[in-house]
Amino acid sequence: MSVKTMLSIVSGLLAWAMSSAALAAWEVNMPVGVTEISREVFGLHMLIFWVCVAIGVVVFGVMFYSVFAHRKSRHPKPADFHESTLVEIIWTTLPFVILIAMAIPAAGTLIKMEDTRGTEMTVKITGYQWKWQYEYLEHDISFFSSLSADSNEARRLGSGIDPATVDNYLLDVDNRLVLPVDTKVRFLLTSNDVIHAWWIPDFAVKKDAVPGYINEMWTKVDVPGVYRGQCAELCGRDHGFMPIVVEVLSKEDFAAWVAEQTGGEVPAVVAAAPAEVATDAAPDAAAEEPAVTAPAEASMADLMAAGEKVYNTYCGACHQKNGEGMPPAFPALKGSPVATGDLATHIDIVINGKNAMTPFGASLSDEQIAAVITYERNAWGNDTGDVVQPAQIAAAP
Amino acid sequence: MSHAATHDGHDDHHGPAQLKDGLVPWVMRWIGTTNHKDLGTMYLIFAFTMFFIGGAMSLVIRAELFQPGMQLVSPEFFNSMTTMHALVMIFGGVMPGFVGLANWMVPMMIGAGDLALPRVNNWGFWILPFAFTMLLSTLFMDGGGPSGGWTMYPPLVLQTGDALPYVIFSIHLMGISSITGAINVVVTILNLRAPSMTLLKMPLFVWTWLITAYLLIAVMPVLAGAVTMLLTDRYFGTSFFTAAGGGDPVMFQHIFWFFGHPEVYILILPAFGIVSTIIPTFARKALFGYDSMVYATASIAFLSFIVWAHHMFTVGMPVAGELFFMFATMLIAVPTGVKVFNWIATMWRGSMTFETPMLFAVGFVFLFSLGGFSGLMLAIAPADFQYHDTYFVVAHFHYVLVPGAVFSIIAGVYYWIPKWTGVMYSEFWGKMHFWLSAIFINVTFFPQHFVGLAGMPRRIPDYNGQFADFNWISSVGAFAFFFAQFIFIFNMMRCMAKKGEPATQRVWEGAHGLEWTVPSPAPYHTFEVPPEQITIPEDELTAVHDEFDALDGHKLS
Repeated sequence: MSVKTMLSIVSGLLAWAMSSAALAAWEVNMPVGVTEISREVFGLHMLIFWVCVAIGVVVFGVMFYSVFAHRKSRHPKPADFHESTLVEIIWTTLPFVILIAMAIPAAGTLIKMEDTRGTEMTVKITGYQWKWQYEYLEHDISFFSSLSADSNEARRLGSGIDPATVDNYLLDVDNRLVLPVDTKVRFLLTSNDVIHAWWIPDFAVKKDAVPGYINEMWTKVDVPGVYRGQCAELCGRDHGFMPIVVEVLSKEDFAAWVAEQTGGEVPAVVAAAPAEVATDAAPDAAAEEPAVTAPAEASMADLMAAGEKVYNTYCGACHQKNGEGMPPAFPALKGSPVATGDLATHIDIVINGKNAMTPFGASLSDEQIAAVITYERNAWGNDTGDVVQPAQIAAAP
Repeated sequence: MSHAATHDGHDDHHGPAQLKDGLVPWVMRWIGTTNHKDLGTMYLIFAFTMFFIGGAMSLVIRAELFQPGMQLVSPEFFNSMTTMHALVMIFGGVMPGFVGLANWMVPMMIGAGDLALPRVNNWGFWILPFAFTMLLSTLFMDGGGPSGGWTMYPPLVLQTGDALPYVIFSIHLMGISSITGAINVVVTILNLRAPSMTLLKMPLFVWTWLITAYLLIAVMPVLAGAVTMLLTDRYFGTSFFTAAGGGDPVMFQHIFWFFGHPEVYILILPAFGIVSTIIPTFARKALFGYDSMVYATASIAFLSFIVWAHHMFTVGMPVAGELFFMFATMLIAVPTGVKVFNWIATMWRGSMTFETPMLFAVGFVFLFSLGGFSGLMLAIAPADFQYHDTYFVVAHFHYVLVPGAVFSIIAGVYYWIPKWTGVMYSEFWGKMHFWLSAIFINVTFFPQHFVGLAGMPRRIPDYNGQFADFNWISSVGAFAFFFAQFIFIFNMMRCMAKKGEPATQRVWEGAHGLEWTVPSPAPYHTFEVPPEQITIPEDELTAVHDEFDALDGHKLS
C-alpha cells in the first residue's frame, strides 16, 4: 500500500470521526474529584507529571540537540571522552533528591487514605459476577446494584441499538448506592466469587474485593451529585458490564431516603422540607428496584410483572429476553424440559445453579425467585399455568 | 594448535545441509542442529511468527474497541484475546527474540565457538513450537481459551474450561525452555570467553544477558510453582488459593509478581544491551560510563526483586507495605536514569549517522523513556490508586515493551543481519519501516494515557461514548503499525534470499566488537580457536575507514 493511499484512508477516517464528534469528550486528564483525598491525589498526579515534563524537556532537549548538531555531516570528528566519575555521581544523586522530595508528600497522602478512624457510617460492599451488593450496616438496608436494563440490552453482540442513544451507556445501574454528603463513610469490601475492584474516580477510591478478605477504605464527599465508576479488576465475561453509581444526597435527604427504605418514619427535620425530598430522592433505588411486594399469596399477574423485571436483569444476559438462549453454552428456556417440566428441579437450578449457571439462592430474595420462576414457566408460550409462591422457595433446599 | 583441533574443523568441511541437498537432509539439519547460528535463526523466526500471531490478536481487540457497542466478538472471546495476546507476545515473541539474538551473538562477541551446551540449546528451542501449539490450540477447546488475563489470578482463572491444564503445561514448557537457555548463556559467558576478555571488558549486550539469565533462573521456577498450585487447586482438591478451604487468593498475586516483576526486566535488560551496542557504533564514540552501565544493570536486577507488590497497591496491603513498595519502586528510576544519561552522553559530541539500527535505537531511548516517566507516575502509590487497572497502565507497559523491547530486537536484527546473511538490507525500506513504526506506535498508545486518566478500565470489551474518540484513533494506529511490520519481513527475507548489496566484514565503520572480525556472512563455525585481540582497535578503524573510501563501499551518510 502506498503512503498516499494510507494517508487518504486515515484522512477519511478523520472526517468520519469529526462528524460523529457530537458525543466527543476529549477528556485528557484525571478528574479533580469531590473529596479532600481526590484533590490531594490530583495534586500529586500533576506534581509528578510536571516533574517528568521538566526532566523530559532537559534530557530530550540535550538528546535532540545532539542528534542535530553532532551528526557526521556537521561534526565529522567524534570526541573521545567516555567516562567521568563526577558526572555519574551527579546524575545519580540529583534524581535521588528529586525522588525524596516526591516521596514525602506521597507518603503523607497515602497514610491519610488508609486512616479509617472516626468514620460515621459503614457500608459493606460485596462483589458478585457481575453486580454489586450494598449493605448499610447501621440502617438495615441491603440491595443489589446491576447494569441498567437499557444498557444491558444495547450491549448485546449485534443488538442493533446505537449506544449513543442510551443514557450513560454502561455507566448506569438499576439501584444506586446512596450516601450522605460531608460524612466519613467507611466501606467494607469483599467478594462472593472472584476478585473485583470497586472504583469511583471522583472519590479517588479504588480497592479490590477479594473473596475471604474484608478490605477497608473510606470517603467523605463534599458535593452532592451522581458519581459513576466501573469494576476495575478483570472478573470474567461481564467485567465491563458491572458499573458503580453513587448518589450523594444532603444529610436530610439521605435521612429521608433511609426512612423510605426501612419503612420507618421520616424524621421531623426532613418532613419540614417535603418538596426537596420529592425532587431529589424520587429517582433513587427504591423506585426502580425490581423488588416484589410480598403478600402471603402473590397473584399470577403480580408475579409475572415482577418476574419479567427480574428475568431481564439477571437471566436475560445468558438465556436472552426471548427465552431462546444461546445454545450450546446457554440453553433455551422457551419450551425447555426444565421450565415446562418438574417444578422442584427448576427451583433447585435457580437456587443452587448448574454447570456455568450462577446460583441465585443467596443473591435474590425468595419473592424475586418465586416471581422469576413463575415468569419462566408462563412466558414465551411455556404456559404451564404454575404459580410459584415465595413460601415454596423458602421451603426448598 | 594441536592437529586434533584443526582436524575437527574438517568434519564440517562441506557445511550444513542445504535445500539443494534434498528436502529430508535439509529438514533433519534444522531439527537436529546444535549450531548456535542455526538455532539463533530458528529462535528469531519463531519469535517473529509469534509477534504476528499475537499482533493479529491485538487487532481483534482494537477492532472491537473501535467504537462503543459490541460489534464483532463475544466478551468471552475478547477476554481470551487479551489473555492470549499477552502470553504469546511475552513468552513467544520478546523472550525467544532475545534468546535468538543471544544465540547468534553471545558466542561471537566473546570469541567462543558455540554455546557451552549445544544439545541443551537444541532441546530448549524445540520445546517452544510444541508449547505454543498447545497454548494456541486451547482457543478451539470446550469453554474457549484462557480468559482470566495473563496474570491468571485465582479464583477467576479456576473458572477456565478445558483449556486450563493445557495452558499450565505450556507455561511449564516455556519455563523449561527459558531455564535451559539461561543456564546455557551463564555457562557460556563464564567459561568460554576469549582468554583476555575479563568480565569488565565484555560487551554490554553480554553483560545484560548474563544478568538476565540469572533473573530467569531465579524466577521461572517461581512461576512454575504458582501455576502448579493452580493446577492442584482445580483438579486435586487443594486450597492454596481458595479462601473457603483456608487458602489465600492474594498469596497467588504475591508469588506471581515475585516472578512477574523480574520478568519485566528480563524483557528489557537485553534491550539495554542492544542499544548500548548500537549507539556507540553509530556515534563513532565509545560507550560513556561502561562501568556505571554494568553496575546500573545489576542494581536494576536487584531492585526488581523487591518491588513486586507495586502491581498490587489496591489489593489491601498494610500501609507500611505500601510505603515500602512505593519507595523501592521509585528507587528504580535512579539506575534507569543513569542508563539514559549515559546513552545521551555517548551521543554527545559523537559523529552520528542514522542508519536504520541507529534510528530504532534513538527511537528506543526517547519512547522507552516516556514509558519510564509514566512508570515513575505509577510508582506514586496514592496516584496509582487512580491509574491502577486503567488504560493508563496499558499505555505505560506498551511504551516500555513495544518501542522498548520490540524496537530493540528490530534494531538488533537490522544491525547484525548483514553479518548473518552477508547481504545489506534495503536502507530505504528500513527507514520507511522505522518512521511508520515510530509514528503509529504513538498514534496507538499515546491516546490510551488519556482514556485511562479519564477513567476507562483495562480489559473491557465495550465502553461509554466519552471514551470513543481516543479509542478509534488508537485502533487506527494499531492497524497501521501492524501492517507496517510487513516492510520489515520483506526487508529481512530479501537478505535471507541473498538479494542486495554484499556486506563488508566490518559492515559499520564505528563497530568494534569481535563479531566484526569474522567474514560476512559469518561462517558456520567461528572462533574454533579463541581470538587474541578482543576488540578492533582505533588505529585499525582508520585503516578500515580508508578501505571503505577506496572501495566506495557501503556509504555512511
